[in-house]
Amino acid sequence: MTVQFGVFTIGDVTTDPTTGRAPSEYERIKSMVAIALKAEEVGLDVFATGEHHNPPFVPSSPTTMLGYIAAQTKNLLLSTSTTLITTNDPVKISEDFAMLQHLADGRVDIMLGRGNTGPVYPWFGQDIRQGIPLAVENYALLHKLWHEDVVDWSGQFRTPLQGFTSTPRPLDGVAPFVWHGSIRSPEIAEQAAFYGDGFFANNIFWPKEHYMRLIGLYRQRFEHYGHGSADQAIVGLGGQVFMRPKSQDAVNEFRPYFDNAPVYGHGPSLEEFTAQTPLTVGSPQEVIDRYASMRDSFGNYQRQLFLMDHAGLPLKVVLEQLDILGGEVVPALRREFAKDRPAQVPDGPTHAARVAARDAALSSDAANPVVQDNPAETALDGAK
Amino acid sequence: MSETRTAPAEGTVRRIAVVSAGLSQPSSTRMLADRLADATVRRLEGQGIRVQVETIELRDHARDITNNMLAGFPSPALGGVLETVIGADGLIAVSPIFAASYSGLFKSFFDIVDPESLEEMPVLIGATGGTPRHSLALDYALRPLFTYLRADVIPTGVYAASADWGSVGDTASNNSLASLPERIERASIRFARAVAASDRSSRVQDPFALDPSFNPTGGFTAT
Repeated sequence: MTVQFGVFTIGDVTTDPTTGRAPSEYERIKSMVAIALKAEEVGLDVFATGEHHNPPFVPSSPTTMLGYIAAQTKNLLLSTSTTLITTNDPVKISEDFAMLQHLADGRVDIMLGRGNTGPVYPWFGQDIRQGIPLAVENYALLHKLWHEDVVDWSGQFRTPLQGFTSTPRPLDGVAPFVWHGSIRSPEIAEQAAFYGDGFFANNIFWPKEHYMRLIGLYRQRFEHYGHGSADQAIVGLGGQVFMRPKSQDAVNEFRPYFDNAPVYGHGPSLEEFTAQTPLTVGSPQEVIDRYASMRDSFGNYQRQLFLMDHAGLPLKVVLEQLDILGGEVVPALRREFAKDRPAQVPDGPTHAARVAARDAALSSDAANPVVQDNPAETALDGAK
Repeated sequence: MSETRTAPAEGTVRRIAVVSAGLSQPSSTRMLADRLADATVRRLEGQGIRVQVETIELRDHARDITNNMLAGFPSPALGGVLETVIGADGLIAVSPIFAASYSGLFKSFFDIVDPESLEEMPVLIGATGGTPRHSLALDYALRPLFTYLRADVIPTGVYAASADWGSVGDTASNNSLASLPERIERASIRFARAVAASDRSSRVQDPFALDPSFNPTGGFTAT
């Protein structure tokens, strides 16, 4: 999988503005599962769910849902968008996602985010003003729990650990791949670069110039920290599309959902928003053309997730959209993205490839032992 | 008052952004904004400083301002306006007084300006209203707004009631009452001085700059 394509969902329960009907929580949860199964059926690579702790959102328990989906799929990679690194206990994230990784035979990765719902922080005993320090410290612990069998730890935000082992250990000794998701924070780009992790720029609500800067920063710092050249950094992007064979049909059908959508409804017009953000409403070919050009702005990248199911769109319509996405759009994008892709640009991360890379590194290390720089010192140099 | 001042360097340029929140066209708010800008420009040019003035009528951007509040990002046109304001050496901000405070449009605009982007900005505040009774709104509404934004608000603001446009003031009486032009001149003295000393427009502002103290591991060792 050169570039991994998939869907990410917020899990909102929103009234369909054309019918006035809102699904029940039960219906919405089952819809999310149906969307994931459809994603596999139409040949997409990834399904990612958000995490929320307030109405009108249902996905408070992502690994429960992803485990249920894992049992019904064979190839689909299961991920999050995002897992709250600020308000979840990193110990529980470590355990939950390692367990999921075993159950899903390695088809699991994770996207970490801070979350922007103010009250969630105090509800979970945290302080939103500490958002960045929480993301930094909690991930430092999560990373340690996945990479060291026995952990001694003390930090600012959670009770210390002495002699703690997070179980189960990651499958094959290789932790789930980590994406750091961010809309605007250079600190998170820096954090992703420091660890050599992936950086997911959720660009669906904002103009591309901002993300060109943020991704450029991540790539440059990834190289600075010695993980490879800037074009080898692992980048993911969001997207949002609505398609019908005839462009005008797509616009007419989607407009009431756009006009009343949470987040941007009643603000910019559909035309303004499609001009300024990756939202594309039109024919499949228009979507192909728009998204094939993404790498001109952001460089070759590894993962493209589409938001397909929000704003009250009925399940039936979403499944039709996935048929078009998987049937026409993604195959064309796969061909486009394969063109002129430099050999050194890595593919989207998979567990099997990461296990193979680890094994290769171990056997070459055994042949040529090297002394590693202390990464913490490098970090301090880099922060200057 | 006299003081010794270093002559400005040859070719010194200062940029002033003027934000007017008047709703009618023409508006007395814009008229006051223009008068404040003119007085400041004359004073700076008298010191050999070239001045570029960019005037922004918020009315022209009313929809974009609302859209920014809802969508979280500015349209290209509004983005240009924000850059003009943030990158100026001084800001003249003038609002009509509605319902005992600045207009909603005026507040909405400053709500979408990055809260840290006006730090140390010299700001001259002005307001207009139908009667002189609302003149204190300058000091209980506009001034705290810019104080919150850590801007350097000039102590003298200028309020113009409708009647001020046809009044000569009353400097003869015990309660010395300066005319509007006199008050504009008085306000421009300190504002021009602050603008002359400002180097904001030559500073590079990088919204992606990391705080030098930021450490991606929080000081915890990564392995």
